[in-house]
Amino acid sequence: MKNIPGIPSLEAVDLQCTRGERTLFDGLGFTLRGGELLRISGANGSGKTSLLRIACGLLEPTRGEVRWAGENIRRLQEEFWRRLVYVGHANAIKDDLTAAENLHVACTLAGVRAQPARIGEALARLGLAGCENLPARVLSQGQRRRVALARLALSDAVPLWILDEPFAALDAAAVERVQDLITEHVSRGAAVILTTHLEARIAATLRIDLEAN
Amino acid sequence: MMAALRCVIYRDLLLAVRRGSDVLTVLLFFVIVVSLFPLGVGPDPTLLRTIAPGVIWVAALLASMLALNRMFASDHADGALEQMLLGATPLGMTVGAKVVAHWLVSGLPLVLISPVLALQFDFPRELLGVLVLSLVLGTPVLSLIGAIGAALTLGLRGAGALLSLLVLPLYVPVLIIGAGAAEAAASGLPGHAQLLLLGALLIFAGAFAPWAAAVALRISVE
Repeated sequence: MKNIPGIPSLEAVDLQCTRGERTLFDGLGFTLRGGELLRISGANGSGKTSLLRIACGLLEPTRGEVRWAGENIRRLQEEFWRRLVYVGHANAIKDDLTAAENLHVACTLAGVRAQPARIGEALARLGLAGCENLPARVLSQGQRRRVALARLALSDAVPLWILDEPFAALDAAAVERVQDLITEHVSRGAAVILTTHLEARIAATLRIDLEAN
Repeated sequence: MMAALRCVIYRDLLLAVRRGSDVLTVLLFFVIVVSLFPLGVGPDPTLLRTIAPGVIWVAALLASMLALNRMFASDHADGALEQMLLGATPLGMTVGAKVVAHWLVSGLPLVLISPVLALQFDFPRELLGVLVLSLVLGTPVLSLIGAIGAALTLGLRGAGALLSLLVLPLYVPVLIIGAGAAEAAASGLPGHAQLLLLGALLIFAGAFAPWAAAVALRISVE
């Protein structure tokens, strides 16, 4: 297993997020270094997804900023996004493309070179062997989630993963496989942020409970 | 980076091929609208010859507007757009690639079929070149301007109507210059001026519209 050397830290400073009239959180901050896993918990609607979207730069916080290696990510843009894998609520799976094509497109857009053989391996690792050439239309919700998460198996060199409810719609076996991927990645020295309702067996270095905020 | 842009174009073309009905709708709309005019206006060849460039241009403009809604909507709905926003390629370039794919699917077929449709109007054969060239230069401008509108109205209720309102005024200069090129040629004047203007518009829109659309997309997705 290759290690990712010298990962800069991801720092959130004094974040405030307001959606409509409601303030979801205020004065929130954390520092995430390589080899650490941050788990964000909270009830539905407590702002978990908003926090993740702020952390990856899709959403601008009402106040505060997120820094990667000391620089605001909204200034770094592609420089930061090249080092980030974000798997959101939506799977970004196209019904009319096959599982392998979907995965290939996702990797290429993220700037990760993926050979066809490795794409097959990644899908097999998520238990999708034999589904490579099926159009995503015929896959179940859980299988689509697996295709979206198969990206992780190809992104071992990407130092930051941000995962929104990665275990949603997955069965027990797939949850195990994804947890293995995450544990491996953290032990490689990379940083991971995730939200989940599942009591996962992955040890979180940092925890943020949004209700307590 | 080039790999990512090629991939976006390839993906959009592949999706268009696998969902062929979308492409056919636009093309059929164009053919039907243009073909209805000779039936409605009557068989007077001089009149038909005069209105031909205008009719073809208006129909091409409406047809290309019909396809605009789809430019970002499905990517927005299934989350693929978020991944593009977080991609390793600058968003303006990705949007540019999407516009190219969109034009290949909804603009190029119109350009290719327009000479056949022009025959219904007894349009002089030696002027077909000018008409086709004006469409080749003009329809990409429509796609580029439309991309800004599509990005701005993404995810809104009644996006379709709003999009037309936003984009139509910006389409008017393209329409006037585009239809003007063939009309000028028909009346014996050289149509160069209009074609050069269209070319200038294309370069201008090509350089700026993708970036404007990229900014609009970021705002729409927030």
